[in-house]
Amino acid sequence: MKLTGAQILIRTLIEQGTTDVFGYPGGQVINIYDALYEYKDQINHVLTAHEQGASHAADGYSRATGKVGVCIATSGPGATNLVTGIATAMLDSVPMVAITGNVPCSLIGKDSFQEIDITGVTLPITKHNYFVNNIADLADTVREAFTVAKSGRPGPVLIDIPKDVQVATYEYEEQPVTEKLPIPKVKDKLIEEAVALVNESKKPYIYVGGGAAGLGLGEEIVAFAKKIGGVIGCSFMGLSAIPQESDRFLGMQGMHGHYASSMAQNEADLIIAVGVRFSDRATGNVSKFAKKSKILQIDVDSAEINKNVKVHLGLVGDVEDAFKRIADKCEAQDNSAWLNRVDQLKKEEKGFEEEIAAAAKAPLTPKRVFDIINELKPEATITATDVGQHQMWAAQYATFDRPRRFVSSGGLGTMGFGLGAAIGAYVATKDPVVLITGDGSFGMNLNELATAVSYKIPVVIVLMNNGVLGMVRQWQTLFFGKRYSNTVLGRKTDFVALAKAFGADGYLAETEVEFKKAFEQAVKANKPTVIDVRIDKDELVLPMLPPGGAIDDIITKIK
Amino acid sequence: MDKKQFVIAVYVENKAGVLTRVTAMFTRRGFNIDALTVGETEHPEYSRITIAMSGDSLAKEQLINQLKKLLVVKKVEVLEEDPIKRELMLIKVLNKSENRSDIMTAVDVFRASVIDYGVEGMCIEVTGSPSKIDAFVKLMQPFGILEMCRTGIVALDRGNKTLFSE
Ligand SMILES: Cc1ncc(C[n+]2csc(CCOP(=O)(O)OP(=O)(O)O)c2C)c(N)n1
Ligand SMILES: [Mg+2]
Repeated sequence: MKLTGAQILIRTLIEQGTTDVFGYPGGQVINIYDALYEYKDQINHVLTAHEQGASHAADGYSRATGKVGVCIATSGPGATNLVTGIATAMLDSVPMVAITGNVPCSLIGKDSFQEIDITGVTLPITKHNYFVNNIADLADTVREAFTVAKSGRPGPVLIDIPKDVQVATYEYEEQPVTEKLPIPKVKDKLIEEAVALVNESKKPYIYVGGGAAGLGLGEEIVAFAKKIGGVIGCSFMGLSAIPQESDRFLGMQGMHGHYASSMAQNEADLIIAVGVRFSDRATGNVSKFAKKSKILQIDVDSAEINKNVKVHLGLVGDVEDAFKRIADKCEAQDNSAWLNRVDQLKKEEKGFEEEIAAAAKAPLTPKRVFDIINELKPEATITATDVGQHQMWAAQYATFDRPRRFVSSGGLGTMGFGLGAAIGAYVATKDPVVLITGDGSFGMNLNELATAVSYKIPVVIVLMNNGVLGMVRQWQTLFFGKRYSNTVLGRKTDFVALAKAFGADGYLAETEVEFKKAFEQAVKANKPTVIDVRIDKDELVLPMLPPGGAIDDIITKIK
Repeated sequence: MDKKQFVIAVYVENKAGVLTRVTAMFTRRGFNIDALTVGETEHPEYSRITIAMSGDSLAKEQLINQLKKLLVVKKVEVLEEDPIKRELMLIKVLNKSENRSDIMTAVDVFRASVIDYGVEGMCIEVTGSPSKIDAFVKLMQPFGILEMCRTGIVALDRGNKTLFSE
């Protein structure tokens, strides 16, 4: 059957299992949009307010499900507006296919209207990208893009399609969904070495990251911890992987991690790293990181072994399989001295938390905001966030009742990520979504409220309004002698009125009672809602390991 | 850890933009490359990139692993300790009568050849290991180097070993 390039593109997307795409039309994708119109019964297009929103939505769609998220933008400014979203997906290994139009091949290289070398621009922030200048290659390129995006260590892939290729016609034949490329299994000999390391350990710490978070291994990891007398911590990206009620789970470690989790990692004699990449935010000063510990690292990406920290044993391959084989073969141990020590750390942590709570000045504290959300949010709620203090409080306090329930930009730390991502997560799952945002971050992409209203996406937006760029201001408080350069917003925005202007609901909450009521109403109303929650600008995210610092530099108290 | 120069051979797809992908990765990852050459191979669909880099074994491991992640890279191999390395240089030197015989002696000893000769200057072609080329440049310095260019190294393992034999 002969189809146009635009039709072939959409047919191939459908063939590859795509049911939803996020995007924004323009001159060089008008043919693609015409094909979307034709196939609208088979593929749902969500029109965002900005291409950046579309890219974050595709990302959130993927994070919540593991499916490949798809976004579409026109050439030039449309394409460059995707860049932040693609980079965000790259740094957190999120599978995504971004499709851009470009000027016809005959106009390429001539600085034509809205011509940008988007494959050049996105070269370092994509897993791979393609410029399709021959219609004969189009369908197979799209298929390969899906395979690349989801195989091995996932990541974003961009396909740039010039207009003449969209218009040309070619034979199309439907094919089955492409499979992920097989991941080699770790060799038996290495598994045995790993088992020996675990058996030797008297203080094991299982360290879980984004590479394990989507695998649904939570119960198994807890069972493994119990078997070997170990405890579990996670990186930011590993959040929502482990059932939180387990007493073996200490939470996130690192710069703003839980005290007991960071301390235990430092005191462990073996760190069993499962799909985690030892980012600088997690390790602090690498030369002082976990000096008493051996490191056993399991990862799908060989380049992660010995990249940031030197490990004793690196296992490259299928993480799930390797983990299960190790867990299976290990000897049972109780390591009660280690567990007692960890209990003591947990007690210390509790003490710090109580001190912080007692020092609160405003009627509503971040901790209480999360207590209330945790109590009132419906089952299966997805927590999306923006970036700043509110994000770190979410990482510390939010609860998750299953994997893939935490949607947040870790590696790139993209302010403005949250609302688009929340929309994408909802479109993918139809599960309840709460967005935790800050007054700074929300200002970056609040235009997507229009999208949420148009598509009836009932996201509950908890705007933790401290009137400041809190996270940057926190650094100024601690490391720059309280010289608050450009972090005090002093805006006059009426967020409740703003929400209403977009057609959403809006509430102001200055006390626990008000917040509780507003949140309950938002959940019940089942429509996009902004709750402007007033918190104190001097709240700090604690504990904090200063950037480049070591565990001994940990800050646990407000001075 | 000790820093040593090592040579890596990479087979890449012989397509437009492939070299950009490889060099962009070096920039992004902060690898400092001593030399890089590209050329055709016995397989028309592949080009061979030869990379010389100095660094410890961890840097070497990172370089190889990052290269392997590029989709256009088909094969990466570290060449053995002492591979056959060759480089070609064209060098233009001043042709002063008082230096002429010294230059010609050097050309002779280095088995180089004069490929363009004029009363003002001459152009010499030298092939050999990078250290031989370095030595030749040093020899020519006092006579006045007008211009020079070097290809960077190409290298193969000794014996019948190839990138694809295991
Ligand atoms: C796009 C972008 N620009 C700048 C930053 C640097 N930055 C990190 S946190 C932060 C402040 C965020 O303020 P807000 O959203 O109000 O959150 P808060 O810290 O107050 O909770 C800034 C400016 C960033 N992460 N992303
Ligand atoms: Mg703020």
